[in-house]
Amino acid sequence: MAEPLTVLREDIGVATHRQLMWRRFRRHRMAMAGGILVILFYLGALAADFLAYSDPLDTEAQRSLMPPRPIHFFDQGRLSLHVYGITGKRDPVSFKRVYVEDPDVKIPVRLFARGYTWRFLGLIRTDLHLIGAEGARAEEALSLLGSDTLGRDLWSRLMIGTRTSLTIGLLSVTISLFLGILLGGLSGYYSGTVDVIIQRLIEIIRSIPTIPLWMGLAAALPREWGVMQVYFAITIIISLIGWTELARVVRGKFLSLRQEDFVIAARLAGCRQIRIIFRHMVPSFLSHIIAATTLAIPAMIISETALSFLGLGLRPPAISWGVLLQDAQTIQTLAISPWLLIPAVPVIIVILALNFLGDGLRDAADPYA
Amino acid sequence: MVTFLIRRTMLAILTIWAITVLSFIIIQLPPGDFVSAYIAQLQSSGSIVSAQEAEMLRNQYGLDQPIYMQYLKWMGLVFQGNFGMAMEYGLPVIDVIGDRLWMTMVVSVAAILLTWIVALPIGIYSAVRQYSIGDYVFTFIGFIGIATPSFLLALVLMYLGFKFFSINIGGLFSPEYLDAPWSVGKAWDLLKHLPLPALILGLAGTAQLIRIMRANLLDELRKPYVAAARAKGLTERKLILKYPVRVALNPFISTIGYLFPYIVSGSIIVSLVLSLPTVGPLLLKALIAQDMFLAGTIVLMLGVMTVIGTFVSDLLLMWVDPRIRLG
Repeated sequence: MAEPLTVLREDIGVATHRQLMWRRFRRHRMAMAGGILVILFYLGALAADFLAYSDPLDTEAQRSLMPPRPIHFFDQGRLSLHVYGITGKRDPVSFKRVYVEDPDVKIPVRLFARGYTWRFLGLIRTDLHLIGAEGARAEEALSLLGSDTLGRDLWSRLMIGTRTSLTIGLLSVTISLFLGILLGGLSGYYSGTVDVIIQRLIEIIRSIPTIPLWMGLAAALPREWGVMQVYFAITIIISLIGWTELARVVRGKFLSLRQEDFVIAARLAGCRQIRIIFRHMVPSFLSHIIAATTLAIPAMIISETALSFLGLGLRPPAISWGVLLQDAQTIQTLAISPWLLIPAVPVIIVILALNFLGDGLRDAADPYA
Repeated sequence: MVTFLIRRTMLAILTIWAITVLSFIIIQLPPGDFVSAYIAQLQSSGSIVSAQEAEMLRNQYGLDQPIYMQYLKWMGLVFQGNFGMAMEYGLPVIDVIGDRLWMTMVVSVAAILLTWIVALPIGIYSAVRQYSIGDYVFTFIGFIGIATPSFLLALVLMYLGFKFFSINIGGLFSPEYLDAPWSVGKAWDLLKHLPLPALILGLAGTAQLIRIMRANLLDELRKPYVAAARAKGLTERKLILKYPVRVALNPFISTIGYLFPYIVSGSIIVSLVLSLPTVGPLLLKALIAQDMFLAGTIVLMLGVMTVIGTFVSDLLLMWVDPRIRLG
C-alpha cells in the first residue's frame, strides 16, 4: 500500500488537509472498494422495497421451502428475461414438497413492474419494483433465492432484513458515539477524579462478557411490545455497551491535543473552553472519530444479528439478518434447505467492507504520518 | 509491583461488584416482583406452595424493604451459596448448572490456547516472509476470520461437515460418554472433540493476533540491533527467535485481557449452534422461560469467572514482563 515517496505530487506543499486525506484514502484500494460496497448496501437499504418483488410477509403453504430458481436471460438466442413455470407436489413417502420446473412454460420477467404497494421513505405510496413477472403475481412466479417454511420469498425478505440490520447498526453507533464523545471528552478534558472514574467504568464494562449481559437485558423486554418499540430498545441495549472503544479514542485524542501548541495558543488568546473544544480541538480529531465510528458499526451489526438469531432480539414479523438466520439454526433444516443460510453472505460482506473502509479512513485521518 | 498488584485486585473486586449489581438487575427486570413470579411458576408446574412458604420467601428476599436492602439480602444468600431454585427443573440453581460452568471455561481456555498456538508461528512467518504468497493467503483468511461472527462460522462448518462428510460436528462428547461419569476415557473423548469448537471460537481472535504479531515483528525486524546481530553472523533462525520475537510477543500476552471476555461471550452462542454442554443453552432457555434466578446466577458466575481469568492472566503477564513488575 505504501507508495514510494518519489511519486508525491508537486503541489503536496499547498494541498489542503482535506485533499491530503482524500489522496491518502484513494491509495488504499481495499478501503475504496469497501467504501463503494458500503454505499451500495445503504442505497440498497434505502430502496429495499423497490428491490424486493414479493411482499415479504406474504405466506403461502403451496410455496413452502421452494429452492432458488434462476432467471434465464436468453430464449433461443434472443435476450428475453424469463423463468420457468413450476409445479409443487407433496412427496407421498417423505412428505416433503417437491417442485418440478417446466421448461416449456416460460413466464416473462419484466423490469420496473408493478407489485405489492409500499411507501418510499414511509411517505410516497408506490407499487413499482425492479422486477416482476408478466401475467402472474411475482409471489407465485419468482423465487430468486428460494423461500422459507412458510413460503415467504427469501430474496425479498433479505432486502427488507438488510435495511433493518444496517439501520440498527447506524442508529446504535450514533447513540454510542454520543456517549463516547461525552464520557471520553469529559475524561480526557478534565482528567483527575472524573478521568479515573470513567476509565474504571470502561475497564469494568470491557471485562464483562457482553453476550450474556445483552441476552439478560433483551430478554426482559415486555412480550407485548410492538416491532418499533423492540427495535429501538434493542438499539439502545446494544449501544449501551458499545461506546467504550469510542470513548477511549476520544479521550486519547483529547489528552494528546491538550498539549498542542495551537490549543495552548487559543487558551492564551483568551478563548472560552467551549470554543476551544468545538472550534479548535474537535475539527482536528473529527476524522479519527469518523474512522473509529466506522470500525464500531460491524460490532453493532453482529450484536443485533446474534441477539435476533437467539430469538431475544427483533421478533417476527420484524425482519433482520438475525431473524432470517434463525430459520437456519439446526442441521436438519440446513440439510433440507441449505439456501436458508444465504443471509450469512451479506453479513460477512458488509462487515468486511466496513472493516476495510474503517482501516482506510483511519490511515487517511493522519495524512502526515 | 505491589502497587500494580493492589491496583489490579481492587479493580477485580470492583468489577465483580458491578457484575453482582448487573445480575441483580437482570433478576429484577421482568415485571412484577420475582417471588410472585416464582411462586406462580412453581404452582403451574404442579408444586404446592403454601401461603406460609410464600411469606417466608418474601421475607428471605426482603421484598417489603427498599431495593438496596433487597440487593443486600440477595447478596447475603449468594455468599452462603444459596442461589435460589431453578423453577423449570425444580432443583437448586447450583445443581442445574453443575459442571456446565467448567465446560464453558474448558472450551474458552482451549480456544485461547489454540489462538496462541496458531497465531504465533503464522504471525512470525507472515512478518519474515512479508508479501509472499503464504503471507497473502494468511492475510486473506485473517480478514475472513475477523469478518465472520463465530456462530455463523459454526453454522457454515456444520453444514459443510454434513454435506461433504456426512458427520455432525456438534457436541463435546461421543454418545457413549454423554452421561458417563468422569474417567480417563471420557477426558480423552473430550480432548478429541475440543479442537473444532475451540478453533471456531478462536478464529477471530487468532486473525487479530496474527495481524498484531506481524505488525510488531515487522517493526522490530527493521531495527538496527537485528542488522547488528545479522552482521555478527548469527543464524537467521536464532536471530529472529531469540530477540525480535521476544520483544514482539509482549502485546501478544497483554491482549488476553480483552480476548478472554470476548471468547467467553462468543462461546455462549456458538454452544447453541454446536450443542455444546456449556452454560450457553441453559442461559437461553432460562431467559426464555423467565427463570430469572437461573439466568441471573449464570450471568453472575460467567462474569466472575471471566474476571478471575483475566486477573490470573494479568499476574502471568507481570511474571513474564519485568517492565510491569518493576514499573
